[in-house]
Amino acid sequence: MPDATFLDSTELVLNMGPQHPSTHGVLRVILKLDGEKVLGTDCVIGYLHRGVEKIAEHRTYTQFNPYVDRMDYVAAVSNGLGYCLAVEKLLNVEAPPRAQAVRVILTELNRIASHLVWLGTHALDIGAITPVFYCLREREEALKILEKYCGARLTTHAFRIGGLQYETYDGFEQDVRDFCKMFVPKVDEYEELLTNNRIWKARLVGVGILSAEECKEYGVTGPVLRASGVKWDLRKAQPYSGYEKYDFEIPTGANGDTYDRYIVRMQEMRQAVRIMEQAVEAIPEGPIMGKVGKVIKPAVGEAYVSIEAAKGELGYYVVSDGSTQPYRCRVRPPSFVNLQALDRMIRGGLIADVVAIIGTLDIVLGEIDR
Amino acid sequence: MADEQKPEGSQAPPPAGGEAAKPAPPPKPAAAAAPPKPPAVMAATPWDSDLAREIKERFGDRVGETSTYLGQNFIVAKPDAPVSLLEYLKIEANFDYLVDITAVDWPKRPERFDVVYVVYSFARNERVRIKTHIPEGFKLETAVGVHLTANWLEREVFDMFGIEFEGHPDLRRILMPEEWQGYPLRKDYGILQQDDRWVQENLGIESGQ
Repeated sequence: MPDATFLDSTELVLNMGPQHPSTHGVLRVILKLDGEKVLGTDCVIGYLHRGVEKIAEHRTYTQFNPYVDRMDYVAAVSNGLGYCLAVEKLLNVEAPPRAQAVRVILTELNRIASHLVWLGTHALDIGAITPVFYCLREREEALKILEKYCGARLTTHAFRIGGLQYETYDGFEQDVRDFCKMFVPKVDEYEELLTNNRIWKARLVGVGILSAEECKEYGVTGPVLRASGVKWDLRKAQPYSGYEKYDFEIPTGANGDTYDRYIVRMQEMRQAVRIMEQAVEAIPEGPIMGKVGKVIKPAVGEAYVSIEAAKGELGYYVVSDGSTQPYRCRVRPPSFVNLQALDRMIRGGLIADVVAIIGTLDIVLGEIDR
Repeated sequence: MADEQKPEGSQAPPPAGGEAAKPAPPPKPAAAAAPPKPPAVMAATPWDSDLAREIKERFGDRVGETSTYLGQNFIVAKPDAPVSLLEYLKIEANFDYLVDITAVDWPKRPERFDVVYVVYSFARNERVRIKTHIPEGFKLETAVGVHLTANWLEREVFDMFGIEFEGHPDLRRILMPEEWQGYPLRKDYGILQQDDRWVQENLGIESGQ
């Protein structure tokens, strides 16, 4: 029986990343190991830091709009929505109903695209290769609609402060309807591959448990919070952009483990389709741009506005000094805050679970580092 | 009641004439090159609620005014108060989710920085901001003891503004390299400025520009 000092000497520090395919970008995790057991972690981030908040102070409100797409580039439409809503709040204007409905459709479409990237890569990390091909196939269909609407697939710059730049193209509604009809059976297909798959369950059930209390302590939001049993979604709690008009459920889990988070996100994709189906049938007629001047110049003041992005609460704290440029534009990224809980989730687990837990957090480094 | 905001408006002359601080109207596009107006002030109104009254009663002059702007409530607190306020809000008023900690730099003001805490209550579905004004070099108490999530958020404030938090378990830079000199989000830090020595030593190039 080895004594304690001997055990200490077997402690191994292992570096993972920043160039590692399973860290979903440039995340570096320093793992302290005892054999296969993880004793602790330290995350090193900032490799993708571009100073977005600094750039905001040197651009006009309108010029800064495309920059926000480069944060969570997997769900760029949500970033744009959050930013536009924050500046609209400062201006005290609201986008017209038609613009709001189109915004909801595109944001939900983008939520699906984001969840599909998560599902594909998460499954790939765990060793299931097939789902990623399926997921990217359907994501392509979602991106096609975005591309037809605004010309870009990833960094869409879809919304403008006050509403929309472009009217919907001919056949937009039909494309969205077709997508919804096509997509629900595909979710069934993914679930058939994974939900009752013994290997999948063996790798996910009971891994990386985070209780509801811990989630609140760490400020974790989004699907991770809901998987721990907290029925909280900003689209319901503090509706924006007309979400109160649509009928949808907030899926929750019970155990707060990686498997529950998988189930919650699968359900969320179905709910997103539900919202889109309702929204597309009720796009009101009317203008697409609110009463916003050519030069955006909010009164002196500040506002914190947040939305439910695919990863959690995405907040913008914008301070105006009455000029045409934001005096300060703070972005509260969900991935940054959620990543902090990584250490709590991994500690005591096995090294093989590390990639499963990084995957289940659904982080995007562009948003963490900004 | 809005006197705490005066330095903010006066210190940064807007390039094209400050818009009058009325809460409602959107800015007029044709206001360029208008004659300079008196410094604009955030047109906040007093926040009238049981919670605001209770906070005033309990904290006395450690909190300044409690106000509402655009339907969002905020409390201005003395530099020694934010953490006890957070604790009070968490334990007695159910504000159990610390959303964000950030800072704003006002270099021409004697209390140079605003440090802003955003808290949310799941039970009340309510958000409150706590703002405090501190001079450069002032060490705020850490909020890690109240909300674990403050750890990284305070590290980011330290990294970007150089504001230190007393009692923080691990106050290191988080986004910038550890040896980097300077605090990028301060107003006197130029947008093209960089730590040349760090760039030369670590990247082996003359300049990153």
